[in-house]
Amino acid sequence: MGMTASLKYYWNVKVTGQPFLYWQRRQAERYPRIPSRWRMDILSPPLRIGARTKELISRHYLEGRYASGHRPVAWVTSGGPVEILQALGFYVLYPENHGALCGVRGAVVELSGMAENAGYSTDICSYARTDIGSVLSGKTPVGHLPKPDLLLACTNICQTVLYWYRVLARHFEVPLILIDTPFVYTKVSDHALGYVKKQLENSISISEQVAGCRLDYRHLKQIIRLSKDATELWQEIISRGRHQPAPISVFDQFIHMAPIVEMRGKKETVYFYAELLRELDENIAKGKGAVRNERKRLLWDNLPIWYRLRYLAEYLGEHGICVVSSTYTNAWGELASLMNSEKPLESIARTYISPILNQGTKYKLDTMKRMVKEFQLDGVILHSDRSCKPYSIGQIDQRNKLIQEFGIPALLLEADHDDPRAYADEQVASRLASFVEMLDD
Amino acid sequence: MKIAALGIDVGSTTIKMVAVNSVGEMVWNHLEQVDPRVEKQVDSFLEKLRNEIKSLEGIPLVATGYGRNLVQQAVKNITEITCHTRGVYHQLGHGGTLIDIGGQDSKVVVIGAEGQVLDFAMNDKCAAGTGRFLENSAARMHIPVVEMGFVALSATEEVTISSTCTVFAESEIISMLAQGIEVEPILMGLHRSLVKRVTAMVRSVGLAPPLLLSGGVVKNPAIRKVIEDETKEKVFIPEHPQLMGAYGAALFALGIK
Ligand code: SF4
Repeated sequence: MGMTASLKYYWNVKVTGQPFLYWQRRQAERYPRIPSRWRMDILSPPLRIGARTKELISRHYLEGRYASGHRPVAWVTSGGPVEILQALGFYVLYPENHGALCGVRGAVVELSGMAENAGYSTDICSYARTDIGSVLSGKTPVGHLPKPDLLLACTNICQTVLYWYRVLARHFEVPLILIDTPFVYTKVSDHALGYVKKQLENSISISEQVAGCRLDYRHLKQIIRLSKDATELWQEIISRGRHQPAPISVFDQFIHMAPIVEMRGKKETVYFYAELLRELDENIAKGKGAVRNERKRLLWDNLPIWYRLRYLAEYLGEHGICVVSSTYTNAWGELASLMNSEKPLESIARTYISPILNQGTKYKLDTMKRMVKEFQLDGVILHSDRSCKPYSIGQIDQRNKLIQEFGIPALLLEADHDDPRAYADEQVASRLASFVEMLDD
Repeated sequence: MKIAALGIDVGSTTIKMVAVNSVGEMVWNHLEQVDPRVEKQVDSFLEKLRNEIKSLEGIPLVATGYGRNLVQQAVKNITEITCHTRGVYHQLGHGGTLIDIGGQDSKVVVIGAEGQVLDFAMNDKCAAGTGRFLENSAARMHIPVVEMGFVALSATEEVTISSTCTVFAESEIISMLAQGIEVEPILMGLHRSLVKRVTAMVRSVGLAPPLLLSGGVVKNPAIRKVIEDETKEKVFIPEHPQLMGAYGAALFALGIK
């Protein structure tokens, strides 16, 4: 790796950037300011941790900005087994998280449009289109993304990633590691596990070559432990939604889940979630709910609608409705028990074969049923996501089963997680309004 | 005429107003194509009514439909799902599965024995399962919308329209006409295509009989026949199918179930 790049990295990241972000965060913590548009009449003030979330994410993208040439860079899918890459010192970038950020910042139509102009169909997942558009145009709301030296795609979330990462591999002319995780219909079979483990073993030598160093298993174990701790904390955090009123809504969870997705295996992530958990417990002790006047509690299924988070939180909050749990945020916590630092490769294989999207639709239905009971829910919103076919398949049956079993209303809401062109404000508003009236009936 | 409450339904194609007396009977109604200046149009409706009964002082108005938020004169806004349900339930006296085919929006509502909404589904972001689908096609064939259903029913044969998309269906029609196929069988095929979209929605919520039908398209006799054909259920239609939303809104204004 280059000397000049390293100097630039140290200067811009360590010497100036990080201390500045730290100072900015401390200021925000010392003199908390509530955004002028925040609906204090219906929502509790923003969580204190918000300042730290902002610092962590900014730091992540700041590091990325100067990573090229100083550290090896890998682009990976959200469900990619990153621990090995972390242990080898890679800077890891998650295009999906970047896509979500573009969604929140309203940049998707422009970026995705660039991919579409290059011939990529609007039927492809909007995360993929946004990423490809960003790659082709060099544009991103975070300033600059480091070019990858290695790509890692894991099929445990969908098959789209396979083709998407092939496009990236061709564009950047860098190696692509593919971890193929067989679908789990009912239970994880030994041969499937063996197959994934073998691929992990094979991937190590390629990653080592790109990183220019050998994998230290002790370090790998440490990283798995950190991943596990952060994941366990996240699980605790989302379980706090059981309290009435819930101290955190899923809209807050969506915002604060970035570290568990893109900073697993890091110390800061553990501290961050420990702090968040403490804040929630304080709020529980004070009886403070995310929605001031919580009357009804809902479940959210599927990805968030990134560009309408605030609208949805406020609209539902206005009616005293708090969305307290979601299968999506749960997906990042429920794997904690499978992580085992003593058996690094086996446990990585087991963990990454088990995400919700790699399991049968009954698994998701059972998860939702459990949540309806545990969180004492009054209804369910199933976001039918135009982009994410694997998440949306089976939703009509799942919806009907929940209605039958619990006698609670469930709404299928059609939208797209990132692309506002597949979202109709008026139609969503009218469905939501009818749903709210039904909840009250 | 004694008026106790008013309801208005601002849909995507038409705007309807209903007045009820103190026991919830419909005593007056009015329907027009919707004007973009909704507030003015509502004023003109109220003016018309005032000509008949002098004062509207103290009579509550509830608004429903897509444009309900535009009705400044209303004391309350309630969604069309809830209002249609109340209107139909009150008029028929029982629940069931209600299909409402509107200009741009179709819905299926499962109404419980007490008149409550048990479940609902609406068409997705596409006009294929709505009245617009037939209107567009009728215009293509130069057939007045009001005659469409009668023409379709006179068909002795039927062709299959494979496109569910309004735009694609139009080109399919053009090519069929070019091949010399008569309009009647094409029209019948179009009705079936629309109804199939709607019955798919019924299946998604599950059909709880009896089957009820309302909405502007109900004036078209072919729709009812094809729905009965497809679902093998007898269809019940309230007396003023197009006014059920406005009627339900008026009942809300009155405070009756
Ligand atoms: S299709 Fe779904 S799982 Fe795949 S990248 Fe898109 S959002 Fe993620």
